[in-house]
Amino acid sequence: MKKVFLTGNEAIARGAYEYGVTFASAYPGTPSTEILENIAKYSEIYSEWAPNEKVALEATAGASMAGARAIVSMKHVGLNVAADPLFTLAYTGVNGGLVIVSADDPGMHSSQNEQDNRNFAPFAKIPMLEPSDSQEAKDLVGEALKISEMFDTPVLFRTTTRVSHSRSVVQIGERQEAGIKPYVKNPEKFSMIPGFARKRRLILKERLKALEEYSEKFPYNRVEWGKSYDVGIITSGISYQYVKEVFGDEVSVLKLTMTFPLPKKMIAAFVEQVKEVYVVEELDPYLENQIRAMGLKVRGKELIPEIGELSAEILREALKGDKVTPAFKPYTSVPPRPPVLCPGCPHRGVFYVLKKMKAVVTSDIGCYSLGVLPPLESIDSILCMGASISMGHGFKKACEINGKDATVVTVIGDSTFLHSGITSLMDAVYNRSNTINIIVDNCITAMTGHQHHPGTGYNIKEEPAAAVSLEAVCRAIGVENVLVVDSYDLKAVEDAVKKALEYKEGPSVIIARRVCALLKGKGPKGLYSISEEKCRKCRMCLRLGCPAIQVRGDGIFINPISCVGCSVCVQVCPFGAIEKAGDE
Amino acid sequence: MSVKSIFISGVGGQGTILAGKVITTALVNQGYDVKMSEVHGMAQRGGSVITQIRYGDRVYSPLIEKGGADVLLAFEKLEAVRYIEYLSSEGTLIVNDLEMPPASVLTGKEEYPPDIVPRLKSEIKNTIVVDAVSIARECGEVRAQNMVLVGVLARVMDWSKQSFIKVIKDVVPARYVQLNINAFERGWELGG
Repeated sequence: MKKVFLTGNEAIARGAYEYGVTFASAYPGTPSTEILENIAKYSEIYSEWAPNEKVALEATAGASMAGARAIVSMKHVGLNVAADPLFTLAYTGVNGGLVIVSADDPGMHSSQNEQDNRNFAPFAKIPMLEPSDSQEAKDLVGEALKISEMFDTPVLFRTTTRVSHSRSVVQIGERQEAGIKPYVKNPEKFSMIPGFARKRRLILKERLKALEEYSEKFPYNRVEWGKSYDVGIITSGISYQYVKEVFGDEVSVLKLTMTFPLPKKMIAAFVEQVKEVYVVEELDPYLENQIRAMGLKVRGKELIPEIGELSAEILREALKGDKVTPAFKPYTSVPPRPPVLCPGCPHRGVFYVLKKMKAVVTSDIGCYSLGVLPPLESIDSILCMGASISMGHGFKKACEINGKDATVVTVIGDSTFLHSGITSLMDAVYNRSNTINIIVDNCITAMTGHQHHPGTGYNIKEEPAAAVSLEAVCRAIGVENVLVVDSYDLKAVEDAVKKALEYKEGPSVIIARRVCALLKGKGPKGLYSISEEKCRKCRMCLRLGCPAIQVRGDGIFINPISCVGCSVCVQVCPFGAIEKAGDE
Repeated sequence: MSVKSIFISGVGGQGTILAGKVITTALVNQGYDVKMSEVHGMAQRGGSVITQIRYGDRVYSPLIEKGGADVLLAFEKLEAVRYIEYLSSEGTLIVNDLEMPPASVLTGKEEYPPDIVPRLKSEIKNTIVVDAVSIARECGEVRAQNMVLVGVLARVMDWSKQSFIKVIKDVVPARYVQLNINAFERGWELGG
């Protein structure tokens, strides 16, 4: 057996390979992105980026219906988008094994909320597995596929950032081909009109009963008896690791891996055999509430935080009363270092222009969300994928019907626009909104690390693919005023916004286009420097928030290592003090 | 063997992830149980980034507790101060003598704390200050600063030099191998 060192996401991809998956789809989102990126490295598995999570799940459901083993992956909020097919897939069940990976982000390292997607399992009535390290992440893909086929159900596979993005040692095996199961037409199973769905609803109830029995015998649900029966801890996922870190074998642990349906008899027996029971889980009291509903006495969220990530340190303090006093403390206040728009980022100039306009700016999810931070501070709202255009529409309408004047600009990225902005724009056209909608098109899904999307002209394997034209889509759904500008050309951006302001016949779209500065070989080239002679220290260039422009003592300088030569700062300097200093 | 913990801090884009990969690959090759946790996504856009490595006979948590790091390897001075609480009382601080001002300092709203190095040296007896940028530049490429720092760390931890050189050959693209080995060896000399 070969041992390798994998992240949880790489291990899930390895599991998909070893257990005979032949179809995989996803929309990128931290912390799930690398699952499909790694699956795409296996030529035995067909893989594709979908425009959004709902489409990804539906395509995966189709592959499963055809008889293939299939896997779909997304971040926690992606499952909200895919919730519509999810809840009815529970009724239809599957043909080939179907695994739905939800990678949650407790602590919101790279997300807009920290919802606990374990709640989806009882809500949608589908079984759920939770790995606690990379070995389990790999092995449980096999178990999930087996359960899916054995019980005719999609399986929710729930990880968190610290499982997905931690590396640990994994024993790997060979691929076991699963082939394709025969497809037999069966509309009573796959076509959910009310008459058929009512029958499936009863099957669903029976299935859950059978799954609960299975959960009692599932070997990954296990008791690890410790030295003492005084304290028992019930836990799952990454929290298991923190429990073992703090207590080792001092206490007895019930490690749950199939966390829906719960093995109720196993839990009741465990609680009976130990004196005091704690439930240790990240985020919601998901296990705790179900265990309490069984009439068992346990303690959990009264001691352990329900907000943010857990850690061994937090458990040590909450359950043992041991507070760590570090040997060293920062001797001064440390200026924060939040993420910033990169040097040469094409979004910077657009936000600079918008800030000058004093418009209400509803924005969206992506690198450009950083336009909310100083010094650009151009954004009023960020809610969810696609909300920029529809929220802007609602804001504008509410002002109009109440006799208020407002300039409303919406800002959305190219990948987000294709994900769920098109329907929003249709709303603005159909219901005649006078909003200005800017698509900041950097020709890639940038925030998650440069994934292709249906507009880039390439698929996940970097093979040429059909490319959706953003301007053609906008025109086709009825936007008459479509303007295309270079994001680096501040005057062109400003002129386009002015033109759009004058246009009163419906929504305008400005496509501000420039490839992401981090894309190898495609970003700008060159170097600029500030002439000490000409600089009057007016600090206009600092309003761009470019990390390459730095104040040192009395002077302002451009760091030649950081500068990529986008020339946006040249355009804001009123004294012509920023000059070309090189071509590379 | 009891579990050892290495806390790496830096600024997104400095090569902390590759450094972590080289270190952990070498440790896994030596037969240890190893866990590593890193941060992806939004924080990588020039933000403060950390990589946590733990190894030993059996490792549970991928995260290091405050006061639990045997080494804090800081790729930037401010990022040493920010995470200093993680260093154990007997731990070693390896700090890159490099100042990368965050946005609030660049725009003149906050001050970069002065005298970081002398203050850290006076507080922490095992402090190693490395001018990794100059050394990497002498080796031919500023970006090899990460391998200089890995070299210092490897010596401090008494790891096998040859095992690291083998890993560098395995994980670094062919045309950068010699550069990275040179940078590693310069760091190794400083760690003694």
